[in-house]
Amino acid sequence: MHLILFFLFAGFCLAGAINLLLQSHPINSALSLIVVMVSLAVLYLMLGAEFLAAAQVIVYAGAIMVLFTFVVMLLNAGREDRTRGSKAARAVGFPAVVAILAMLATVVLQAQGWSGVILGSHITSTEEVSKVLFTELLLPFEVTSVLVLIAILGAVALATRGSGNPTANGERTAGK
Amino acid sequence: MNPLAYLHQPIPLEWYLLLSATLFCLGICGFLLKRNLITVFMSIELMLNAVNLSFVTFAHQWGAVKGQIFVFFVMMVAAAEAAVGLAIIIAVFRARATLSVDRIDLMKL
Repeated sequence: MHLILFFLFAGFCLAGAINLLLQSHPINSALSLIVVMVSLAVLYLMLGAEFLAAAQVIVYAGAIMVLFTFVVMLLNAGREDRTRGSKAARAVGFPAVVAILAMLATVVLQAQGWSGVILGSHITSTEEVSKVLFTELLLPFEVTSVLVLIAILGAVALATRGSGNPTANGERTAGK
Repeated sequence: MNPLAYLHQPIPLEWYLLLSATLFCLGICGFLLKRNLITVFMSIELMLNAVNLSFVTFAHQWGAVKGQIFVFFVMMVAAAEAAVGLAIIIAVFRARATLSVDRIDLMKL
């Protein structure tokens, strides 16, 4: 059961990631990225991280990807024109990718003492997570909330700046 | 012995780590190959997700809750990053009327 689930959702992950590379329309890439994120949520659940699985679905597959698809539709982004890319990317980038993958694989495979994952053996409950989060790590948590607030203000400021102040923008659209 | 017993064997943690490494490298390939600004940004999100999978795997290995909380912080920072990044993409599209990374080359040497 566990083996089937792992291969099924690992396969979904890899297929979604490869499909993201192959599709030329951004909306198709966004949808395949949603497949990757939901499959990763199932993998988190198999590793016993139930709170993170829920947060992955809500925050990533829900909020962030809705933002992405919304921007794709807002900007009316069509098919991308295929170009060769830069020479540096081809000459240095792809050998570096292969080298990184090979290095990570050898390090992982050489290391000893990994335990196996048994389904439902070690589930971290939300209570355990929140106990540590709200006692030991309360200050980073509050700093993160300030960060998100600043990000909201920055996003609003950046997205409205190009069109001047709101009243001028209103006049311009009314003039059309 | 039940022929289906091998299905209940524990899965080695290396497989999760190898999956994470593969997803990360696919993210880098997307970053290098894709020519659309939004898709390049999506590749960065894919790389963040791959690293999150590593964090959760190691948290399972050591039985540590803090590894999972770090993933929670990464998610929050990714949400903030997505909001600001997409606002920048909208501003770039207003200024240049294109999303192709080949045509946004004002800072190129």
